Amino acid sequence: MTTTTDQALEAEQGAVPSSDAAATTQAEISAEIAEISQSVEQAGEPVNQPLLGYAPYRSSILRHPTKDPRHADPEEIELWTPCFGHSEVDPLEANLTIGAHAGTNSTYAGEPLGERITVSGRIVDGDGRPVVGQLVEIWQANAAGRYVHKHEQHPAPLDPNFVGVGRCITGADGSYHFQTIKPGPYPWGNHVNAWRPAHIHFSVFGRAFTQRLVTQMYFPGDPLFALDPIYQSITDQKARDALVATYDHDLTAPEYSMGYNWDIVLTGPARTWTEQEDNR
Amino acid sequence: MTTLLPTPGQTVGPFFGQALPYDGDSTLVPAGRADAIRLHGWVRDGQGQPVPDAMIEIWQADAEGTIVQQEGSLHRDGWTFTGWGRAATDLTGHYTFSTVVPGPTAEGKAPFFAVAVFARGLLDKLFTRIYLPDHPANAGDPLLTSLSDEERATLLATAEPTGLRFDVHLQGEQETVFLHHR
Repeated sequence: MTTTTDQALEAEQGAVPSSDAAATTQAEISAEIAEISQSVEQAGEPVNQPLLGYAPYRSSILRHPTKDPRHADPEEIELWTPCFGHSEVDPLEANLTIGAHAGTNSTYAGEPLGERITVSGRIVDGDGRPVVGQLVEIWQANAAGRYVHKHEQHPAPLDPNFVGVGRCITGADGSYHFQTIKPGPYPWGNHVNAWRPAHIHFSVFGRAFTQRLVTQMYFPGDPLFALDPIYQSITDQKARDALVATYDHDLTAPEYSMGYNWDIVLTGPARTWTEQEDNR
Repeated sequence: MTTLLPTPGQTVGPFFGQALPYDGDSTLVPAGRADAIRLHGWVRDGQGQPVPDAMIEIWQADAEGTIVQQEGSLHRDGWTFTGWGRAATDLTGHYTFSTVVPGPTAEGKAPFFAVAVFARGLLDKLFTRIYLPDHPANAGDPLLTSLSDEERATLLATAEPTGLRFDVHLQGEQETVFLHHR
């Protein structure tokens, strides 16, 4: 771990500042990725969470703590989690193709362009117990790789029928289910010709505040995986794989949409499991 | 029971603005209510520059120290205290909550706001705590007492006439102490 941190710091000190992103090539970024990966392997401790100081992702250079986090036994409040529920999330918000998100004008003229997909899975804790009745929020680019956001600079077309924001509450088995379209890959300013693999952002609450997770779901076989410093900041291949959904023909709806399965495993201490929670 | 491989985190990225913030997200209680305080501060990077695309979440007990399990965070009715709130930073890296001062969850415990920090450039969330300045129970808190004076100072809010101020330093000399829970 120390070696990893040192390596990241060293890479960082030699790193080109992000203002010089226009001069950094993918080959240089890829070489940095390979170097860090190699040193982590040599240290024998592949890390299953992202390295926070990961210089190939230029924006991380000034935005990561340089000290290791302090171990703290969770106090009572941290073992509980905020309570969300069916009173505040309309089931229609899980369908991004009809525009029912609370914060938008919901009367869409038509359907969004792109490949219709279903994304479904279960949210469980480290012991495999379902996270029941919790909030899941997602956001994504449209089929052309463009977000609805004032700072978005990619000149791909906006889709008048797609905002790319959804929410749902997990079921009794921890399951979630979204109907959307497949997002496109998009260019970003990390370096010359930098492209993000297609992904959907997920924000998830667990059984305790310690389990709070924001992450990204990717699609199988994306040719951009090896080139992407955000994805590669997780140095353990198995852990990276855990962010990739599986094509699931059983979730594919006949004559309608392609199906993907993606399960989420939350980590972090929580209260002792109770019977009531099973019935919640 | 086998322990499953945890799903790794990834950065919240720059484009969460359409998805995560919502009307009333940072208003745990209406501003101006007799017991309402402003909890606010700035998020800064390793060069002291403001982070305009960060998001802070707090989770806290109510003024009596009760941990609330109430729906209503996503549609604030002005009456229901849910204990949870979310605030994106503005162009100057500033965030603001309207809330109440948390009480101790048990006698002798130091009250604090549990905090999660997200930002573009930050590859995973960070946990920390905002403790109350000069609370007598701070002297016995296991985390606070394990820290040096400089480190402890990064977890203590500053009292202001309208409430509390707490800055988050992602990096640098005043780097906030972040937490790992096992």
